[in-house]
Amino acid sequence: MKKIFLSIVLVNLLAACASETPKEAVEEPTPAVTETEATAPVEPAQAPVETVEAAMPEERSVYFPFDVDAVQAADRAIVQAHGDYLSKNADAKVRVEGNADERGSSEYNLALGQRRANNVKKLLILSGAQASQIETMSFGEEKPRCAEHNESCWSQNRRADIVAK
Amino acid sequence: MRFVGAIVLLLVACSARAELTIEITGAGEHQIPISVVRFAGEETMVGQAISSVVSNDLMRTGLFKLIDPAGKAPHEPGDVNYVEWPGVEALLIGKVRTVEGGRVEVRFRLLDMVRQTELTGLAVTAKSEQLRAIGHRVADLVYEKLTGSAGVFSTRIAYVNRDGKQYRLVVADSDGYGEQTLLALNQPIMSPAWSPDGKQLAYVSFERGHATTFVQSLATRQRIVLADFPGSNSAPTWSPDGKKLALVLSRDGSSNLYTVNGDGKNLRRITFGDSIDTEPNFLSDGKSLLFTSDRGGSAQIYRVPVEGGYAERLTFEGNSNFSPRVSPDGKYFVFSHFVDGVFYIAVQDFENKQMQVLTGGGWEKKPSFAPNGKLVLFATESQGRGILATVSSDGRVKQKMVAQRGDIREPIWGPFLKQ
Repeated sequence: MKKIFLSIVLVNLLAACASETPKEAVEEPTPAVTETEATAPVEPAQAPVETVEAAMPEERSVYFPFDVDAVQAADRAIVQAHGDYLSKNADAKVRVEGNADERGSSEYNLALGQRRANNVKKLLILSGAQASQIETMSFGEEKPRCAEHNESCWSQNRRADIVAK
Repeated sequence: MRFVGAIVLLLVACSARAELTIEITGAGEHQIPISVVRFAGEETMVGQAISSVVSNDLMRTGLFKLIDPAGKAPHEPGDVNYVEWPGVEALLIGKVRTVEGGRVEVRFRLLDMVRQTELTGLAVTAKSEQLRAIGHRVADLVYEKLTGSAGVFSTRIAYVNRDGKQYRLVVADSDGYGEQTLLALNQPIMSPAWSPDGKQLAYVSFERGHATTFVQSLATRQRIVLADFPGSNSAPTWSPDGKKLALVLSRDGSSNLYTVNGDGKNLRRITFGDSIDTEPNFLSDGKSLLFTSDRGGSAQIYRVPVEGGYAERLTFEGNSNFSPRVSPDGKYFVFSHFVDGVFYIAVQDFENKQMQVLTGGGWEKKPSFAPNGKLVLFATESQGRGILATVSSDGRVKQKMVAQRGDIREPIWGPFLKQ
């Protein structure tokens, strides 16, 4: 449980970073993030998994190391929560959007983002979702959340987002 | 003639319609001293003088040293007093006039000032709104006569301009003038590719929610969907005979190479497996493809027969290598070479496998050869903006073209057009 909690905080911190960048719109509003950070030590990790089943889990992004497409151990719980949600909501559908940082060619990064999305889809299916509930696509490096040439930006852009359809 | 250290010229475009500012560094080893005299009749024409289009074209190559005529203004060979042009090896003179049907005609002569003979003399005509096209054509003929290689001033380039959330697919003259927007979207556009006849562009757009490959006619603007399978449909490139395209589909899981006819039919898979295979580019004989793959652990360049089979790894230097494109003579390929966080443009000889880095490094991506093989066009960055740049294929002369708005990405040089 502790691990899951840590990963959620980490992701939240990354999302918080993203919200500081002027150009790109951030999907999760900053107040929600700070709230999670503040309350998390008291009630760890269970919130996203065991809240109302009808609601899609709040955490919707997973992050990857450079040129890696496997879902990281720290992020598995996020994907599993979505798999669980999809298995309990047969009508729900999601789109997994893969992204990559700019270090590579645009086409290589498109393929890398696609592979990241595919791996998230595989884990969703292992967690109970049906393949027909999941569409995958990649933006490659074309839609960076953060546009600077540094690791703090790149780490936000190496990402797969689970988006409700 | 000596190697001239480093000349920096700033040609701020004179015309109000200029989209790019051009900066040149370096010079060819043997610069040809040429003087271009303002053509007779130019003062009556609207727009940029044809002779200055010619001068700018020649200067941008780094292969010529432009010498000011210093007030002398011959327009016929009989007007030329050869002793008045010391140090000038070639002299371009001519006349412009309006002819039947609103067309403009340029009659020009290129003189060899050392042998005191005429090298060539021709008449070029075009519609009056195409004065720049005439200038490029004259420059092509002068370049060919003096260097032995065909000029590329009349050819076109394609690229993507990203300005905020707007993406435009643009076709422009090789000097960046005459921008035409083929497609404008609030979704990404990637990977334009010219058909060998220069009449169509294939490209990738996200307007359908994911990477879809289209083929569009430049003349009619009509387009077809070449591939729209689930996942990514991308990296289109034409075969040398123009009959089919290679592209990348992820419909079967990982990204693999396929070929398809120009109408989207006869889809054939070339590569298999879980690795990323992308950025196909046909070799000159059309029988095999270069491509980028991470099958060996890092992105490297490989060659595979078009019908599939064993893929041979070609690049071994640097951390990774991307975006291979074959030279027009088929002897080299150019690519983006990634070392310690920096992208360089490099060429490699197919025969001896020697790699040569052509540029100083930066965010240098997507190189392509000019159709005469003498220049390489690529995307780079300057002061935080995506720009176009060229480097001569020997690495000596470099040129940057800065757009007035937005970031320029994904450039590709078009083919020679049939006259």
